[in-house]
Amino acid sequence: MAAYILRRLWQMVPTLLGVVLLVFILFHFFGADPSVILAGQNATQAQIAAIRQQLGLDQPVYVQFWIYLKSILTFDWGRSWATNEAVSNLFATRLPATLTVMVPILILDTLLALPVAMWVAYRRGTVTDRTIMVITTVALSISFLVYIIVGQYVFAFQLGWFPVQGWSDSVWRNLVTYVPLPVLLAVMVGLAPQTRLYRSFLLDELGHDYVRTARAKGMTERTVLFRHVLRNAAIPILTNIGLALPGIFVGSFLIEVFFSIPGLGREVLLAVNRSDYPVIQAVTVYLAVLTMLINLMTDVMYKVVDPRVVLK
Amino acid sequence: MTAVLAIPAEPAVERSEGVWHAAWRRFRADRVGVVSLLVVLAFFVLIAASSLGLVAKGWQDEVGVASAPPTFLGPAPPEATGAIVVPKGPNVDISDIDPLAPRYKEWDERAAKLKTVAAAKRETLPLGGDRFGRDVLAKAIKGTQISVFVGVLAAIVATTIGTLLGAFGGFFGGKVGDFLEWLYNVFESIPGILLIFAFAAVLGRGIGTVVIILGLTGWTGMYRQVRAEFIKHSTREYVRAAEAIGASPLSRMFRHILPNISHVMLVRLGLLVVGFIKAEVILSYLGLGVPVDAVSWGTMLAEAQAELILGHWWQLATATVFMAVFVTAFSLMADAARDALDPKLRGLE
Repeated sequence: MAAYILRRLWQMVPTLLGVVLLVFILFHFFGADPSVILAGQNATQAQIAAIRQQLGLDQPVYVQFWIYLKSILTFDWGRSWATNEAVSNLFATRLPATLTVMVPILILDTLLALPVAMWVAYRRGTVTDRTIMVITTVALSISFLVYIIVGQYVFAFQLGWFPVQGWSDSVWRNLVTYVPLPVLLAVMVGLAPQTRLYRSFLLDELGHDYVRTARAKGMTERTVLFRHVLRNAAIPILTNIGLALPGIFVGSFLIEVFFSIPGLGREVLLAVNRSDYPVIQAVTVYLAVLTMLINLMTDVMYKVVDPRVVLK
Repeated sequence: MTAVLAIPAEPAVERSEGVWHAAWRRFRADRVGVVSLLVVLAFFVLIAASSLGLVAKGWQDEVGVASAPPTFLGPAPPEATGAIVVPKGPNVDISDIDPLAPRYKEWDERAAKLKTVAAAKRETLPLGGDRFGRDVLAKAIKGTQISVFVGVLAAIVATTIGTLLGAFGGFFGGKVGDFLEWLYNVFESIPGILLIFAFAAVLGRGIGTVVIILGLTGWTGMYRQVRAEFIKHSTREYVRAAEAIGASPLSRMFRHILPNISHVMLVRLGLLVVGFIKAEVILSYLGLGVPVDAVSWGTMLAEAQAELILGHWWQLATATVFMAVFVTAFSLMADAARDALDPKLRGLE
C-alpha cells in the first residue's frame, strides 16, 4: 500500500509540471502584459520598465519559468496585484467560508440522492420511475441561475424565511442563519443530476447474475438492495463523490456571488475581473494538486469498500 | 466457334440494413424522440430566420414604455407622481443678467431645423418589455440564436480537438499516446470552471472568445471516448484488411475507423451542446461571456435579477421557458438518438 501511494505521488510530478507549464504559457503568452496592468493608466515608460525589471519580465523565458517554478515549490504565492494581500493569507481567510457552505451541500446531496435513486431504480419502468425521470430532465434544463434568482426572491425577499444575504464571524451563526438558503437551493439543483447518475449505477448492478441468485436464494428485497447491490455500486458512487470533492474547495461561484459569502469562489471571480494574475494562478495550481491528491484518496478508498480491487 | 454465354443474372443480394438506417427506423418508433426532434427543428428554423434578419431584427429598438407588462396583463397602472405645485406670481425677467440670453434665438433657430419624431411607445408588449422598453420576445429569439450558436459551435470545436487527439493517441499509442495522455491528465486535474476562468482572464470577452474558451477546455471527455474506440478498432479485421491493401495510416484512421465510431461521437456531441449552452448562460451572467451589445439567455437572466425585485417577472420567465424548452427537447432528442444508435443502452440512464 505504501509503495503504491509513493509511486502514485511520484507519478503526479509530470502532471503537476504540466499544469504549471499550462498556466505559465497561458498567462505569459496570451495574457496582457502584467507591467502595464500593474503600472496603471498614467504610467510613464520608465515606470513600466522598472516594474518589468522588478518582476523579471526582461529576463529570457526559461529564466522566468524557473522563477515561477521556484516560487511555487517554496509556497511563495506572492501578493495580489489588486489588494496587495498575500495570496496565502487570502486562502486562509476565504477558505473557511467556502467550506461552511460547500460541505453541507455535498453531504446532503449524496444522502438525499442515494435513497431516491434506489427507490426509482427498484421501480424501473413504472410510472413513478418515468415521472421522476421526466421531472429530473426538466429540472436539469433550467439554469442554476434561475433557481438562485427565484429562490432568493421567493424564500428570502417575499416570504422572509431567510436573510437575503449576509455573513458573520461566528461559524454557528453562519450555519443556522446564512447557510440554509444557499444550501437548500444548491441541493435542489444538485439532486436531479445526482439521482439520474446513481440510478444508472444501481441499474447497472441490478442486471447482474448475482442479484438473480440472491433473489433465488429467497433473500428479501431489502437485503438484496442494501447488502449486495449497494455495496457493488459503491465504486462508481465513490468515484462520483471524489470528482465532486475538489469543487468544494473553490466553492460555487454563483452561490457566493449571490449571497455575498466571502469565500474563495467570489475571490477568484473578482480576480478574473481585475486581471489579478497571481491569485488566479495560485488557485489553479493549488486546486490541481488537491484534485490529484483526492483522486489518489478515492483510489485507496476503492480497496476499502471492495476487497477484490488490487492496487497496482 | 463462339458460344454466347448467358451471363446469369446476379442474384439479388440482400443488403443488410446500415447502422444509420436501422437507427433512424428505431428513432422513428420513439415518440418522445420524434416530438423533441420536431421541437429542436422548430428552434433551428427560428434561429435561421433570426440570423437572416427575418424576425427579431429590431430587438434593440425601444418599442414600448419602460418595463411594459405583457399584453395579457394589461397596461401598468399610472404611477402616482404627486402634483407639482405651479408657482404663482409674475415671471421675473432676468434676460439682462442671463449670460446665455443672447444665444437663445440662435439655438431656437437651429433646433427648428431638426425634425424630431415622438415615437409612439406601446403600453404593453406581447411578452412584456425590459427596463428600456425593448421587446422581450424579440430579445428571447435573438438570445436563442446567440446561446445556441455558442453551444453548437463550441461543441464542434471541442469535438474536433477531442477527435483529432483521441484518434492519434488511440491509433498510434507509444510516445504520441503517452504525450496526449499527459496532456489529458493536465487538463483533467484542473477543475473545469476554474480552467474556464483562467482562460477567460487572459483571452478577454466576446462571443468568439466564449466559443474558443469552452472548446479549449471541454474536449477531454470526447478525447477519452474517441481514444478508447480507436484502441478497440485499430486491431479489428477490417482495419488490418485496409492496411493490407495499402491504405495509409491517415486513411485508415479517418476513412475507415472514424465512420464506424461516428455514432458514439454524435451522442457525446449532443451532451456537449447542452453542457456548453448552460455554461454560456452562467459565464454571460458573470460578465465573462457575451458582451453587452449582444443578447443571450445569460444576459437576459442577468438583467432579470434586478427587474424581479420591482415585480417585473416577464423577462426572467421568458428566458427561462425558452431555455428550458430547448434544452429539454435537445436532451430528450440526444437520449433517443443514443437509444436508437446503441439499443443495448436503452433505458439505462
